[in-house]
Amino acid sequence: MRQIRQWGPGLLLVAPSLIVLGIFVYGFMGWTANLSFTSARGRNLTGDYVGFDNYRELADERGVTGQRFGIDTQNVLIFTAVFVAGSLIAGLVMALLLDRGVRGESFFRSVFIFPMAISFIAIAIVWRWLLSNGTGTQLTGLNKLFSASGLGFLANDWFKSDSGWAIAAVALPAGWALSGYVMALFLAGIRGVPDDLREAARVDGAREPQVLWHVVRPMLLPVTMSALVILAHISLKTFDLIYAMDLKSLKIDTPALFMWFTTFEGGFYGRGAAIAMLLLAGVAVVIIPYIWYSVRAERRS
Amino acid sequence: MRRSRRAFLALTVAGALVATSACSKDSGGSNEPKVDKVEVMSWWVGPGEADGLNAMIALLKTQHPEITFENSGVAGGAGTNAKAQLATRLAANNPPDSYQRHAGQEIATDIKNGDVEDLTYLYQRNGWNTLFPKGLIDTITSNGKIYSVPVNIHRSNLMWFIPKTLTDLGIAAPPKTWDEFLVQAAAIKAKGKTAISIGPAWTQKHLLENVLLGELGVDKYTGLWNGKTDWTGADVTAALQKYTKIISYSDIASAGADWQPAMDRVIEGAAVYNVMGDWAAAYLKGDKKLTYKDGWNVVNSPGTDGVYNFLSDSFTLPVGAPHKAAAEIWLTLCGSKEGQDAFNPLKGSIPARTDADKSKYTGYLATALTDWTNPSTKVVGSLTHGVVANDAWNAEIDTALGLFVKNGDAAAFGTAVKTSYEKNK
Repeated sequence: MRQIRQWGPGLLLVAPSLIVLGIFVYGFMGWTANLSFTSARGRNLTGDYVGFDNYRELADERGVTGQRFGIDTQNVLIFTAVFVAGSLIAGLVMALLLDRGVRGESFFRSVFIFPMAISFIAIAIVWRWLLSNGTGTQLTGLNKLFSASGLGFLANDWFKSDSGWAIAAVALPAGWALSGYVMALFLAGIRGVPDDLREAARVDGAREPQVLWHVVRPMLLPVTMSALVILAHISLKTFDLIYAMDLKSLKIDTPALFMWFTTFEGGFYGRGAAIAMLLLAGVAVVIIPYIWYSVRAERRS
Repeated sequence: MRRSRRAFLALTVAGALVATSACSKDSGGSNEPKVDKVEVMSWWVGPGEADGLNAMIALLKTQHPEITFENSGVAGGAGTNAKAQLATRLAANNPPDSYQRHAGQEIATDIKNGDVEDLTYLYQRNGWNTLFPKGLIDTITSNGKIYSVPVNIHRSNLMWFIPKTLTDLGIAAPPKTWDEFLVQAAAIKAKGKTAISIGPAWTQKHLLENVLLGELGVDKYTGLWNGKTDWTGADVTAALQKYTKIISYSDIASAGADWQPAMDRVIEGAAVYNVMGDWAAAYLKGDKKLTYKDGWNVVNSPGTDGVYNFLSDSFTLPVGAPHKAAAEIWLTLCGSKEGQDAFNPLKGSIPARTDADKSKYTGYLATALTDWTNPSTKVVGSLTHGVVANDAWNAEIDTALGLFVKNGDAAAFGTAVKTSYEKNK
């Protein structure tokens, strides 16, 4: 009885959110998983149990579905790598610069973080123009800036490149939008490092880079992990940015877009569910080590 | 404390209001036919199309003042958003009284799901079978039944150009065949211009359907969509290879973001031709203030003289529509001469009926109407705009075409399209 009194109210308090989460997140996850093993088609989801056929089709490079999914997987890996690394580095650099005590710090902080307030659709429309690869009278955006400032050799095909790296150009606007947020995370992390620790290091004769590396860096690890997880899952589910940038172009196609088009335009719900499950697995690869890490860290403290 | 109690009170009142309004909606939504209201779902919210729809609503009001028109328009290119919202409502068995679909195979999934009523009786009652061209009736008939009423007709097989560009380049006339186009294209390329401008994936598909139509002719083109023409046959492969060649003279490497930027390159003179549907006429005339014939001109895309590759917006009667009788009145208006003549001049399209009032259509639309009503014109349906292939097959063609444009493997594309036809018919 006493025990119930101890954990009862707590449980009662979280019960609604547990139930809602259970149904709308985990319940639907299970439902999607189940759907991915069927040949479900159309709005009525008529189809039979087909085992791993949908997954096999996605892996089969002889069919067009498999070929497209292969391109998509490669694209999303490149996008994630460039976007996550780029945002982390840019965010960290901006945070370190601001931490030096620049004049008008709050102004710059706002300037750097504002792009996050813009919807991805609007960002895509603007960057579609900035990253245009037109020539002659069609020369616009960054390429025009390059040629006007004598840096013409930097002109690029961006997201219309044939090289297979076209998607890396889309990481540019995505990173532009989110590096300010990463900066805010890092800045908070850096500010969280007690000044006496730094002072102590300086007294011991450490130079600034050494203070950063040996004192600040280890204490930024939790922040870096959160930023990494947030960026990685955003990267896997990025949809609107690519959709508005160049509709249905295979050069920048990703599993998230393929999932949407095949499910809601073609009515292939089974195949769409299979792609969704693979995306979930991709997120899990990032999230599960993070959860494991934070649980262990909590236990230790 | 007092403030929080007041907030609580406000919330309770708001909740109660929502609850009562929900209840009243339930009691009003019984299944007996009612004539007082009609809810129509469309994606006609942009300039021109919304004006056309309003003209039809005004007409409905004068003919049937007892009916309130509920306009459930959903914005979003070519109806993608409207379709997503519609799918949710159909799945929840809460259909509007009538909704917009491209005429033809786009509606096939709805028919299979039993979402829409057979409207053949409306066709018989109003004599539409003889008032709409036979080619149109044939294309929208599914197993002897018709499930939608087409309001307007757009044309896909058109090639746009600026006369001055042709004169400057010393080109006497636009090409009559794609072979002739390739000869011109080589000369245009030598002069540093783009022979044909192109936009995103769907415009590439739009060009493909018209290359296939021009190269294969009406019968084989129609056969592509009903299994009678072999996608892996030598003639189709040759046509597909020609498409690759045509694309190689285009600006696909730096393609425009949509069809308007692609058309802009033609207007500026950087590109010579563009293949696009006839909504481009409204753009050239309205947005760009150019005059027909002098400022811009248009011909049938190569090899398609005497052929009308159409697409059409149509309206349906969903199964379980709450106000069926009013929906029938709406659909009758959609198919009527007055309704179509009110809508189309504003939308920039022509009526599906052949007995329309010709004086209302000027400039390009007059030419289009003359072709449409000409009994010797052959009518075929557009792939890109949902007439000839169902949604599933169309989405698979998108994937195959994306790869084809990338690798130029015509045989692989033919095989992929054939396989997905067999799987999705």
